[in-house]
Amino acid sequence: MSGQDASGLRAWMLQRVSAVVLALCFSSMLIAWLMQRPLTYDAWRAWIAHPVVNIASLLFFIALVVHAWVGVRDVVIDYVRSTAVRFVVLVSVATSLLAMLVWAFRILLRVTS
Amino acid sequence: MSSFKKRPVFLDITRIRMPVAALVSIAHRLSGVLLFLTIPVVIYFFDLSLRSAQDFAAVNSMLNSVPGKLSMLVVLWALLHHLCAGIRYLLLDLRIGLTRDGARLGAWIVFGAEALALLIIVGMLR
Repeated sequence: MSGQDASGLRAWMLQRVSAVVLALCFSSMLIAWLMQRPLTYDAWRAWIAHPVVNIASLLFFIALVVHAWVGVRDVVIDYVRSTAVRFVVLVSVATSLLAMLVWAFRILLRVTS
Repeated sequence: MSSFKKRPVFLDITRIRMPVAALVSIAHRLSGVLLFLTIPVVIYFFDLSLRSAQDFAAVNSMLNSVPGKLSMLVVLWALLHHLCAGIRYLLLDLRIGLTRDGARLGAWIVFGAEALALLIIVGMLR
């Protein structure tokens, strides 16, 4: 492991970059949604299928998984002291987050097709 | 070493009066964990709402029930707190609000802003 990895600087930076992406995507989508109110099934589906909303959602989910990974990893390292248990918990978290990312991708792709 | 170990420890969490910045910090961690746990639930509802008109109606009625509304209120609070406290941390990284009084004021602004945002959003959704 290189010195840069061990310092935690990369995780620190990833947490902040993903936070900014999440804040921008979430607040812009929330405001757009509150203004347009796609409240029927057809309107909601068309809204999510719109390229801008679709790509913003994609970016949102990618940033969400990165952000959740760094955050949950910090929490697990703080409270789970046993290396073996910590390893199992972190592998489960990583696997679940990747599965949820693929799930979200599939939904967003399905809506556009 | 033995005298070192006998030092008084005062960690009665019910009697420690937390500074407001500590409450922002604790709530930031709690809301983060809660949001992580709700990711699969939110994706599940997102998936269902985009499957068919019937599924959309089912999601609609679930979210409009009393437990549905209460859960959404809790998740929305967690989201807004995590967002507002997170913006404060980014500003602290930029050395804005880093003095004792500045950090305290910033923490109060976080609680004020999230309460206001919650009221506005709930008001718009009613």
